[in-house]
Amino acid sequence: MDWPALVLSLQLGGLTVLLLLPFAIIVGRWLAYRHFSGKSLLEAMLALPLVLPPTVVGYYLLTGLGGSSLIGQWWERFFGHPLVFHFSGLLLASLIVNIPFAVQPINRAFETIPQELRDAAACCGMGFWRTLFTVELPLAWPGVLTGMVLTFAHTLGEFGVVLMVGGNIPGETRTVAIAIYDRVQAFDFNAAGNMSLLLLVLSLVVLAVAGGWARPSGRRHVLPRR
Amino acid sequence: MSCHGADFCLTVQQEAPIPLDATFSCTGGQLLALVGPSGSGKSTLLRMIAGLSRPAAGQIICGDSRWYDQAQGICLSPQERHVGFVPQHYGLFPHMTALGNVLAGLHHLPAEKREPCAREWLVRVHLAGLEQRRPAQLSGGQQQRVALARALAREPSMLLLDEPFAAVDRATRETLYVELAELKRELALPIIMVTHDLGEALLLADRMTLLSHGKTLQSGQPREMLARPVNEAAARLLGIRNLFDGELLRHDQQAGLTWFRSGEHLLACELDPRWSPGSRVRWMVPNSGIRLRAAGQGSLPESHNRLHITVTNLLPLGDEVRITASFAGQELPLHLLVPFRLAQKLDLRVGSATDVVLLESALCIL
Repeated sequence: MDWPALVLSLQLGGLTVLLLLPFAIIVGRWLAYRHFSGKSLLEAMLALPLVLPPTVVGYYLLTGLGGSSLIGQWWERFFGHPLVFHFSGLLLASLIVNIPFAVQPINRAFETIPQELRDAAACCGMGFWRTLFTVELPLAWPGVLTGMVLTFAHTLGEFGVVLMVGGNIPGETRTVAIAIYDRVQAFDFNAAGNMSLLLLVLSLVVLAVAGGWARPSGRRHVLPRR
Repeated sequence: MSCHGADFCLTVQQEAPIPLDATFSCTGGQLLALVGPSGSGKSTLLRMIAGLSRPAAGQIICGDSRWYDQAQGICLSPQERHVGFVPQHYGLFPHMTALGNVLAGLHHLPAEKREPCAREWLVRVHLAGLEQRRPAQLSGGQQQRVALARALAREPSMLLLDEPFAAVDRATRETLYVELAELKRELALPIIMVTHDLGEALLLADRMTLLSHGKTLQSGQPREMLARPVNEAAARLLGIRNLFDGELLRHDQQAGLTWFRSGEHLLACELDPRWSPGSRVRWMVPNSGIRLRAAGQGSLPESHNRLHITVTNLLPLGDEVRITASFAGQELPLHLLVPFRLAQKLDLRVGSATDVVLLESALCIL
């Protein structure tokens, strides 16, 4: 069992969820309530990582964040280490790849909140933040939770993008998924099997707990008709 | 623009997205009903008053406060307007209890005063004991009361009700009518209620504004409007079905009557000098202006407007009977709505011939 790889995967998943959540709430809400020209194009761009092969996303991230790119050069000058083949690059890639997994469920959850409730909140004297925290987020909570779980589970299992952007550096960029691949390459099927089983159980538990957590609140708060 | 004695007034014009050209006003303690068919812009106007939607041009004034003035670039937010708003489906927050919903509107009060105030309002709307229930655990009528308590607990400058009785059953509606009428008496607020139900407006409203395609057709006291619609469109919206063509003959200043011909009949209405003799006119008579008797029975009031009609159709509708009758010289039928017992007593049936009188005071040239 490659414990450092598991810890790294959990760190990567946790940080991705933590950093992506505010962005996903802001963008998901904005897309739910604002109508503007080019909205469909923007939604399609945000959903791209869902349909593109991970190697294609990985290739563009590698060239876009690599040492010869503007971002890569700026990063190296500012932080003293390259972005690619480093945990920070892996995290940035993970944030980008997980945008649709976080944004889409949250966006759908905000869309289900009737306009009438937001009108009522405004007429109750609630400003933007009070409406967000006392009305919208409690009602969109199942969608927010789904977004968080999908992001975390997807990060644990991500392989192609991680390999392209981070490589396989133990303790730095080697995640459980990479470690499993590494063990199979070395014909260590016992270790690969143990890690695969752990990943399977972990993902299943996370999904089941989150599903059970979100569902009762969804039943309890019956949203009124639009 | 001032409100000319009213506590609230609105003038709104716009071409898009919904064409609007509306003007109305309301005073404290008065209930103004905005009446019109679906798509006439009633709810849009209510949202504009609440500050939830912005008109292209016009003014909205409440008391001393100018809520919207396109010329001066003023547009207060819903939070600044401080209105009590009860949306069509009540807009209750489903994750909060009844008490939580009322408390949600009380952040303008010091923290220690909020809960006592919310509880007091729930008692006032007869919901004591149901404070901890969520909206899904309340009936439609109870939900409406929570929404009303939430709106009124804010001590609003005015109360806006969007089709408040549309989603409750008839029995609950009757109870809520009485409660709203009592609340109206107690509160000195301007109340604006959107409804497409004319009966509801006649029952509750002190004033009524008729809207069609976003335009104000007529404003006034409901009974007066029913007796004197300004034009045919208003008459049709008011549910008046007896509209006929005629030709104006003469004005009799001494008798205070205007004479006109319709089909073979010479009819008179109260003096109306707007039209000159020879004019083609449209005239109408509301149901309340028609008196009838079965042939050989009863008596009719003295009137110049006596018609001999033949019943062509009878349709019982609950406690009433809708009667269609033909009369000489008119292609269009006369429509009457009479109490079921009266129709039985007069032995009205298809083919019955009878006389009716159209009261001069009720007959109206449009």
